[in-house]
Amino acid sequence: MLQYALKRIALTIPVLLGVATLVFLLIHLVPGDPAQAMLGESAPEADIAELRAKLGLDQPLLVQYRKFLVGLVQGDLGTSFRYQAPVGPEIVRRLGPTAQLASAAMLVSIVLALPLGVVAALFRGRAIDHVATTLSLVGVSMPNFWLGPLVAIVFAIWLGWLPVSGTGTPAHLVLPAVTLGAALAAMLARMTRATLIDELRELYVLAARARGISRTRTVAAHALRNSLIPVVTIIGLQLGAVLTGTIITETIFAWPGVGRLLIQAISFRDYPLVQGCILFIAATYVTMNLIVDLAYGWLDPRIRYQ
Amino acid sequence: MGRAGFAIVLIAAAGAVLGPWILPHDPLHQELALRLSAPSWSHPLGLDELGRDLLARLALGARVSLVVGVVVVSISAVVGIAVGAVAGYVGGRVDMVIGRIMDVLLAFPGILLAIALVAVLGPSLRNVVLALVTIGWVGYARLVRGQVLKVRELEYVQAARALGAPIGRVLARHVIPATFSTVSVQATLGMAGAIIAEASLSFLGLGVQPPTPSWGTMLDAGRSHLFDAPHLTIVPGVAIALLVLGFNFAGDALRDRLDPRSL
Repeated sequence: MLQYALKRIALTIPVLLGVATLVFLLIHLVPGDPAQAMLGESAPEADIAELRAKLGLDQPLLVQYRKFLVGLVQGDLGTSFRYQAPVGPEIVRRLGPTAQLASAAMLVSIVLALPLGVVAALFRGRAIDHVATTLSLVGVSMPNFWLGPLVAIVFAIWLGWLPVSGTGTPAHLVLPAVTLGAALAAMLARMTRATLIDELRELYVLAARARGISRTRTVAAHALRNSLIPVVTIIGLQLGAVLTGTIITETIFAWPGVGRLLIQAISFRDYPLVQGCILFIAATYVTMNLIVDLAYGWLDPRIRYQ
Repeated sequence: MGRAGFAIVLIAAAGAVLGPWILPHDPLHQELALRLSAPSWSHPLGLDELGRDLLARLALGARVSLVVGVVVVSISAVVGIAVGAVAGYVGGRVDMVIGRIMDVLLAFPGILLAIALVAVLGPSLRNVVLALVTIGWVGYARLVRGQVLKVRELEYVQAARALGAPIGRVLARHVIPATFSTVSVQATLGMAGAIIAEASLSFLGLGVQPPTPSWGTMLDAGRSHLFDAPHLTIVPGVAIALLVLGFNFAGDALRDRLDPRSL
């Protein structure tokens, strides 16, 4: 296992270096002068030169790249133009709300998907299955930037049950979590239904029933457990989609996380902060994928020997 | 489901092409006195925050969505097929270098890289297409590379090589055509992805700029009027969800038709 883990970690390092390089190059894609773009067309030449020097843009590209990498290793992501503060702590400050939202969304998706998928599989071909399947298809096709305003209209405005946006109480988390978790829930429900139908056809299910074990126990203790392995795989693979989804969900519900910080940084042309947020989200995604891979290797020894 | 999907796509395409010609209202004409009006006989989907007809804007927005979808999918597929075929067929260092580039691009979740690119290049339809192609070709390249690894070992390809056919000809005449069925499924599903991505970027203010209507910008504008004019949010949202559903249905049906394992 240790050898497998070391191999996977070694494979991740060049990817992270590539991500960092691409993020470094981003600021050099800005049309014209990035310092001028940040300060505006009418900014005095002296201010532009000062900012250019502050950002290190007046130095050769390779020198800038080396400084960028050294800074990264030391945890220095640069200085935010808007907040006049180091980028790293600004991101860390918003990490809690993003993690809270992403976790709540995962929880919502699992709580919604598993019963829906199980019921659809157990009543395959009946009305309840058609309803569950249609619901999950609609869920997959419904973008979160529409679902968000829609649930806000229904549950916050028409029914008045929940707050429209903001933060502070657990009630504030409900609509963003449902918005972010709905697509994953739809995908998981479809997967649970498909895998459980396959499992119910297996001989061990017939054998369990022949031994007099009740249908409920056969499903709950045997078939469902086995059908959950690919479902857990999908949950792992979809962590990235949830992470990206936070960008739009946080913007819709004014949730004070990293995604909203990124969109605000873009609107203020705060390129160091944009770079920091992009790098942070991408690095988190790569690291999460690494953890998921290591977990699979630990759970299923066959993966380690491939 | 497949037929329903193709029907939805055809209706949207017809609306996008014919809508601006046959609809009585100009999508950019403002009737400020009637702003935020609910649906009525003269304006079946109502009016927006500047008193513009929502149905006319929806039809013009469909053009943007479909054009972005077609352009992004076409360029991504062409680039992806070419790169994937070369990587899979040539192998060795070329495959390794292309593989590492793809690994780095795939390390960015979802449309994060597209957001980053549009953020630095500036918001515009052209930059949205550029950004979506930058992330879009990788999926096709991976798919085609995998297919080519199998196809290149087949006897008819070996025979073409033995007869001295140059690499370009072997790829173009024998290898790449064998990947078309898989690519067509990916392209149909990719249309749904491109439409959602364009709408997402426009919703975030990074895509199509006013006054040109896009379903994403229409949704964004509707957010400020959730209380007094919910139809501004509901109408473009339904349009996006239906069109995406249509492409998903069509893609699933195409996959079932072309995948022998599903028979």
